[in-house]
Formats: sequence, structure tokens, C-alpha cells
Amino acid sequence: MIRFEPRANPGPVLTYGVPVIAAAIAILLAAIPLALADAPIIRAYGLMISGAFGSVFSISEMLTRATPLILTGLAAAIAFRAKLWNIGAEGQLYMGAMAAVAIGSGVIDGPSWIMIPVVMIAGAIAGALMLIGPTLMKTRLGVDEVVTTLLLNFIVLLFVQMMLEGALKDPMSMGWPQSEPIIDSAVFPPLIERMRVHFGLIIALVSAIALAVFVKRTVWGFEIRAVGENAAAAKFAGISVTKTMILVAALSGGLAGLAGVAEVAGTRGYLATDLSPGYGYAGIVVAMLARLSPVGVIASALFVASVFVGADSMSRAIGVSSYLADLIVAMALLCVLIGGFLTRFTVHFDRKTAG
Amino acid sequence: MSSAAQTSQQTSQDLLLALAGITKRFGPLIANDAIDLTVHKGEIVALLGENGAGKTTLMNILFGHYVADEGTVTVAARDGNLEQLEPGAPQAALDAGIGMVHQHFTLAENLTGLDNIVLGTEPIFRLRRDRTKARAKLAELMAGSGLNVDLDQPVHKLTVGEKQRVEILKALYRDARLLVLDEPTAVLTPQEADSLFAVLRKLAQNGLAVIIIAHKLAEVLAVSHRIAVLRGGKKVGEMMTSDADHRSIAELMVGREVPVSRRIAREPGQPVLTLSDVTIDRGDSRRSLHGVSITAHEGEILGIAGVSGNGQAALAQLIAGLDKPDHGSVEIFGQKVEKFDAHQFAQNGIARIPEDRHHDGMVGSMTVAENIAIEDVRNAGYQKFGFLDFEAIRKRAEHAITDYDVRCPGPDAPARLLSGGNIQKLILARVLEKSPKLILANQPSRGLDVGAQSEVHRRLLEARQNGAAVILISEDLDELLTISDQIAVIHAGHITPAMATDTIDRSELGLMMAGQKKTHHAPTNQKTTTHSGETA
Repeated sequence: MIRFEPRANPGPVLTYGVPVIAAAIAILLAAIPLALADAPIIRAYGLMISGAFGSVFSISEMLTRATPLILTGLAAAIAFRAKLWNIGAEGQLYMGAMAAVAIGSGVIDGPSWIMIPVVMIAGAIAGALMLIGPTLMKTRLGVDEVVTTLLLNFIVLLFVQMMLEGALKDPMSMGWPQSEPIIDSAVFPPLIERMRVHFGLIIALVSAIALAVFVKRTVWGFEIRAVGENAAAAKFAGISVTKTMILVAALSGGLAGLAGVAEVAGTRGYLATDLSPGYGYAGIVVAMLARLSPVGVIASALFVASVFVGADSMSRAIGVSSYLADLIVAMALLCVLIGGFLTRFTVHFDRKTAG
Repeated sequence: MSSAAQTSQQTSQDLLLALAGITKRFGPLIANDAIDLTVHKGEIVALLGENGAGKTTLMNILFGHYVADEGTVTVAARDGNLEQLEPGAPQAALDAGIGMVHQHFTLAENLTGLDNIVLGTEPIFRLRRDRTKARAKLAELMAGSGLNVDLDQPVHKLTVGEKQRVEILKALYRDARLLVLDEPTAVLTPQEADSLFAVLRKLAQNGLAVIIIAHKLAEVLAVSHRIAVLRGGKKVGEMMTSDADHRSIAELMVGREVPVSRRIAREPGQPVLTLSDVTIDRGDSRRSLHGVSITAHEGEILGIAGVSGNGQAALAQLIAGLDKPDHGSVEIFGQKVEKFDAHQFAQNGIARIPEDRHHDGMVGSMTVAENIAIEDVRNAGYQKFGFLDFEAIRKRAEHAITDYDVRCPGPDAPARLLSGGNIQKLILARVLEKSPKLILANQPSRGLDVGAQSEVHRRLLEARQNGAAVILISEDLDELLTISDQIAVIHAGHITPAMATDTIDRSELGLMMAGQKKTHHAPTNQKTTTHSGETA
């Protein structure tokens, strides 16, 4: 018989070591599908590593991919900390992107130091509003936010499509459903000459650290932690659960909106319906891999981004489907969940003694 | 129990259960240390001990939920031969005829009593249901034991006492020969407890062996034949009940002398809290109040007696600032309360001790220090420009830990590591440190051991001495009669006028808790309020 007994207090080695080990195991486990696909296993790993870290270009690509993942990862982490199950980061990302395009494609103009903050604020507000609605419905009417935020993703995507065929359509796009480009003064500057990695990465990193400080050291962070861990006790102590939830919704939706801004103003330059290959959903995985720690989100977003970029480049070279990347990320998540369980419990195997 | 001594003069022939040298370790903690315990047919054994003494671990080993590191569990088979029970096998324990009545009942509320009893004993696939046999067997059990209950009522319509009878019948129906009851009187009125004891005595006469896990000494002395006391995982004493007295057992349990709480006479002062004709209607009686008028004065403990689920929750929510009345008014410190807001209440000097200290009293993953400061983090002393002043929070926690003797690894340890008694001390430190003028204490000592209980009482009495008004909601009559100045009874959302504690007769209080109208003597020291709808 197998029994699980809770560990009194898992130490820092377990807390920080387990996610790393889990990620490593997930990568090792990828050898199984590689072998099944008759691929040269060692070479495949080599290609994956060089694809993500082999050159300045590949590192730049990896960081470009990590930028929106950090932001959506933070969006999920802060919401899940407060037990607000925001599955709608994808929709909030598109709303943020649309707000950035609506304001940043020529309606107003100014120097970069005005235009960049303006599109960022517009995108963050749009994303925040997208989540505050469902949150109010949750706190006032008890409507399940998992359902509302998830379904809003599809509504937003259809709405974006409609706008791209209508009001926001670029007359110069030769009929493609895409928006007018962001004007130069609102574009995020690249961090390295002629590379795609852009200013959005700095925003993402600063957001992660600021969020960590906010949660740990401020009164509002204190209240978010209290509400998330035990809403009944927080309420009894006089903390307003509704106000705290709305603050969390604003932060979470705002961060997801910023991810959308970073994608249009940093990577793409315009809005189209294929702006995000599911960054909003991937953010949930990133947050879970990081155990909802804002600083941990940076590490887990880098891991997920390098797996994706590395697997992409490997699949181009040896013809293995790049779905392998999804597989590795999914296995990493499972490994982290199992690892998390093992940090909280010790396992005992009892030999059954015959009675 | 004069017959107690005789009935337990058992021969080894009657031995039913023998736990020998049971040792169980959890890491460095020794939960059970070489415990021996025997139970004979027809014997009621009380297992006494404070929280954490190892009672639950021992019972979990008996039931096969845990495997003992050392020691054996031996049960007399039905043919009388002693057989060792397979460790770690709950089914083996059930087959051997060991039944358990948990403190929190394990009944399906929407099914009838009969359904609940036969549940799991009938084959799943059957063409038609034949329960005549089951009914006959149950009728016989009821007649033999006095466990009368209407088995065709859905369980949610039964009273707590009746539900407990269904639980006991369930165990007996499965041919239990040893019945273990975990804190069986915690949810009963004194009268219900008495009738439970009568049933247990009768069952024991018929040959059933009973283990009662308890910490109310008076009850143990009334019903058991033999008493075993655990402390810190060891069996520290065992005696015939006829040889035991209240004081010596209490000291065995705690391991030191227990201070006796006593009220010092004191004149009550101004009214601090006045409820006038307050009605809160939330559909079910648990959360409703009907035309309640009570007043709590400075330097006075007002006890609210009642069986759980009669509106205490609604009263507590109201005084904690978490709910507002539908009708009627609430006056605190002479001012009518317009805004019911928990934060405002806490800041205005109302100390609130929640009923469920784990659920409402603390955030387990946050530190001890954070939990102590939780009501006040928005105040100037604990934050600057929104950033927490960890130095101040820590300093307050260090004081609280020393002053209130909170046993914990330190102010930065997560609060979930604390035991129930220490969580309660943490909450007392949080709310009493601020010298409150009004204290809401909802079941403040429930589930605490004797030592922690007397600490809670001492603190409440100290606050009373300093002029605070205390509302003490409790189901424990001993507690109420010991420390309250006035006692009012809550039943089905109605509260009787308060009566001076010295004039109260215990059995009368029990009847009022069961909803019977008070028969004589007028309330003292309290203006008589009109009382409509009190159920008779």
C-alpha cells in the first residue's frame, strides 16, 4: 500500500529545485517520441539547443518569444494567486493589441517618450476592463469566471475580425484583414541592431520584479495574498474581497493587455487575427510552472520560449513535427505538478503483512 | 456508578480488544508511545486526553487507517479466540466488528435513516428491494437499546441527537461489538447527552464494548467504567471511574495543576451593545434572528447559550460587522450603527473571535506576524505609502508571542504549523492587545484542551475586569455558568431575556435550549422585553 504523509515544512532546496528537475525530466522524456519518430535523438537535442541558444539571432528569437509569455504568465500568476481563475488572457491580449492599434496608428502623434507610454496605458486599460466585467459578475452574482473569461476569448477574436474587416482595416493592405501599421514613434525600439528582440522585454522584466515587490511588500499585495489563501478569514478580518478582486482583475487583465501591445508595437507592427499563437493560454502553463511566483515566471517563460523556438528549428532541420514542443511543455507541466505534490508529501511504501 | 466497578471485574474470557505496545512516529514526533489498552465485553472505557495527546492516532491505528511502527492490535473473534488484526486494513477492522461514530456525522442528508443504515450492505444489482429483514433487525436493536428514531424520515429533518442515534444504529446493524464514539456529546444538549448515556449503559449491559473519546470530565465520570488518560503520546494513567475524581484526572491530562477560572464580583457599567428588535431573515434558522433584543454592559460577560445551529451564526455575523439587520437597530457605544463593515468594527474597538478559528481566524500560508497584524495593516503604524512596515509588524508579533505564550517556531513561521490552542492564542493576541471595549467571543474554547481553555477564560475575565463588555456565544454550559454574569438562551432565532447566572438552574437552562418556555422567575437586571413567537 502506498501512503502519503504531509511534510512539515519543505525547505528551499525542494521548493526551487523541483521545478528545475521537472523541466529537465520533461526534456529527457522527449527522447521517447523522438525515438518513435525514428529521429536521431542526440542530433535532435543538439539542434534544439542551438536553435534556442546557438547564435545571437536564435537568442534574440527566443527572447522575442519569451516577452509576451512573461506578461501573460504574470497575468495568470497574479490572478491565480487570488483564486481568480482568469482563462481569458488571450482575449485580453487581443483587446490590448486593438487599443494600441486604435490609438497608435496615426490618430495622435508625438515623440516616442509620449507615444510609447500612451499605447501601453491604452492597451493595459483595455485588457483590464475585459477582466473587470467578469470579475464583477463573479463577486456580485456568483457567475463562474472560468466560463465567462474563456468564452470571451472567442467573442473578442470575432470582434477583432469584424474590426479588421471594418473600422480598423488598412486600406493599403490589398484586401488582407489587417490593421494599419503602428506609427514609427509608437513602435518599441529593438534592443539589438537588426534583431527582433525589443523594448517589450524590458517592460516584461520590470513588470515581473515590480509585481513581486507589490505582492510581497505592499498593503494591497498583503490583501491579495490573504484573499487568495483564505477569503473567509480575509473577509472576517475586514478586508474587502470584492475590492481586492477588482484590483487583481485590473492587474491581471492589464498585464495581458500589455502583452498584446508588445506584440503589435514590438514584433508585428500591425494587428491581425493571427497575432497570438495562444500566448494567453500558454501564460497559464508558464504561471503554473513558476508556481505562481512572479520572478519564477521569468525563468519558466524563458524555458517555454526556448523549447518552442528550439523545437521549431529542429523540426525544420530533420522533419520532426514541431508539435513536439507542445508535448515537452505539457510534460514539463505534469512533472512540475507531480513534483509539487512530492514537495508537500512524503511517500511511504508499506509491505503488506499477512494477517 | 456504583455498578461500574462490578461490571468491569472482567475475566480474560471477556476480553474483546487488546492494544499492546502501540508506537507510532511521524518524523521526530512520537504520536503514540508504547500504549497498552484493553476493552472487555460490556465495558465502557473513556479515552481522555488533550488535543495532540494521541487519541485520534490510536483510533486511526485501531481502524487500520495508520500502520503502527510497533505493537499489535488483538481482537477476540466471534468464537472467542484472540486473533491479531491485520494492520493497515480498514476492512479487517470492520469485519472484526469495530464500529465508529464520528464527531461529524457521515450521513447522506437527503436519504432516510433506513437508507443510510442499509447503505453499502445491500447488493448493488437486485431485482427488487426487500427491506423487511432489515426493518425487523432494526426494530429488535431499537427495542433492546432504547435508540428510538423514525427511520423513514429524511436525515436532514432529524435533530442532531436523532442523527447520532442513526449513526449508532448503523454501526450496530453491521454487528459492531466494539463501538468507538468520538466526542459524542459535543453537539448535544445536556438532556440529549443524558439520554445518550442511558442508551450506552443499556448497550453495555447487553454486552457491547464502548470506547468514548472525550475531554469533558463530568460526562466521562458519569458514564464510563474505566478511564485511560493519554498525554503527549503516552498513557499516563488508568483507573476505575469509581476511584477517580475530577481534579486528579484534569491534572493527569494536563500534567500540571489547572487554574480554576473565577469571576470577581463587579458592578456592570454603561450599555455597550444594544440590539433592539433585530430581525435577520435568511430563510433557514441557522442564519436567521427574529425580534432579538439584548444588551451587553461594560464589565459584564453576557453568555448566549444554545444548541448549535439556532441562529448563533447570524448573531455573530451581525456583531462582527459582516451582516446587517433587516429590521431593528443596533447601538454600539451609544451610537446607532448605520454601516455594517467588518473593517470599521475592528478599528472601532470591537474584538471579534470567530467560531471557526481555522476557517475564519487565520490565513495558514501567511506568517504568524502577518496573521496578528491582519486587521491593522492599513493603519499608519504598519505601513508607509502602501509599503508594509515589516519591522513594526514583527515587533508586534514578538510581543504577542511572549505575552500570550503562542507556541510557534517564530514570527516568520507559517501560521498553519500552529496547533488549535495556539491559533486561538494568536487570535486573542490580535484582538485583545488593542484593549477593546466590546468582545465577541464565538465558541472561544471549543475543541481546546483544558489548559488552553482556562487561558481563554482568564483572558476574557481580565478584559471584563478592565471594563470590556463580552458577548460569549457557547454550547458549553460549564463554560457559560463559570464565567458569564448573565445568560440568555438562543433557540430557533429567538433570544430570551438575560438571566443572572447565580439564579439559573442548569436543567432549566437545558430545557430552554431545547425550546421550552421558561416557567418561572422573572429576569433580573434587565428590562423585560416583549418576546413574541418564542416556541413552546
